[in-house]
Amino acid sequence: MTVVEVLFCLLGLMAVGSAALVALSSHVVHCALWLVVTLGAVAGMYLLLAAEFVAWVQVLIYVGAVVVLLLFTLMLTRAPIGALPDLDGPGRLVSAGVAAVTAAVLVTSFAVSFRGARLSIHAEDVGTASALGTRLFDSWVLPFEVVSLLLLAALVGAIALSRHRVSR
Amino acid sequence: MPVLFPLVVSSLLFAIGTYIVLARRHAILILMGVELMLNAVNLNLVTFDAYWHDVLDTGQSLTLFVIAVAAAEIGLGLAIVLLVFRTHQTIAVDELRELADRDQPPAVGGATT
Repeated sequence: MTVVEVLFCLLGLMAVGSAALVALSSHVVHCALWLVVTLGAVAGMYLLLAAEFVAWVQVLIYVGAVVVLLLFTLMLTRAPIGALPDLDGPGRLVSAGVAAVTAAVLVTSFAVSFRGARLSIHAEDVGTASALGTRLFDSWVLPFEVVSLLLLAALVGAIALSRHRVSR
Repeated sequence: MPVLFPLVVSSLLFAIGTYIVLARRHAILILMGVELMLNAVNLNLVTFDAYWHDVLDTGQSLTLFVIAVAAAEIGLGLAIVLLVFRTHQTIAVDELRELADRDQPPAVGGATT
């Protein structure tokens, strides 16, 4: 195994392990913090897969913004610091079964389709900020503008929701 | 590197996200599960971008779009969660049953006019 493969396996173990802790921990705040580890490990995998700009965007948006937003909402909904006993619903076993079947189907179909296929990453594949920015404003301008409209709509919607007066 | 490594990792992340969405009853944890599933999809997109040496960088561009849409989703979702908490004093999703399809009007809790 090469260094890249070893690094990728370690990052993958880290991502899956901390995602399992998000699924199993009974402290809500710990779940949010394990989510940071998962998202950081995924950013590291992006770096190993030559998606440099995407990795930094992942760190900025997910670790920097989304998790902070989640923690703020936990604080505003008065999440207790200690463990919560009833964080899981009644259907744990069924959910675990559905998740196991999902994982089995996905892994077997990928293993059948891509057995022996190898990634060969060249220098021109690296998605630097300049390469990806050129591509984004060259072939993907229209979706980019639509995404900006979507973000504006989400912003207005979030403000409208949080200014809503509760009438009881 | 075998292309199976990232694909297996993303499958497992997606399955764990499915478990979180189905099993947890805390609304913010469910949003975390959705984020995990979106990350699994992003990992697949980046992997196939590298695998096929895409000239248009489709995988990486789509990943950026998915991240933007996920940011919009989490903003709106958390605003809704906060509003639900202010009106119901709880965000356990299995207690929010006012929209359920019933024959009888609810006796307790759902006395909305």
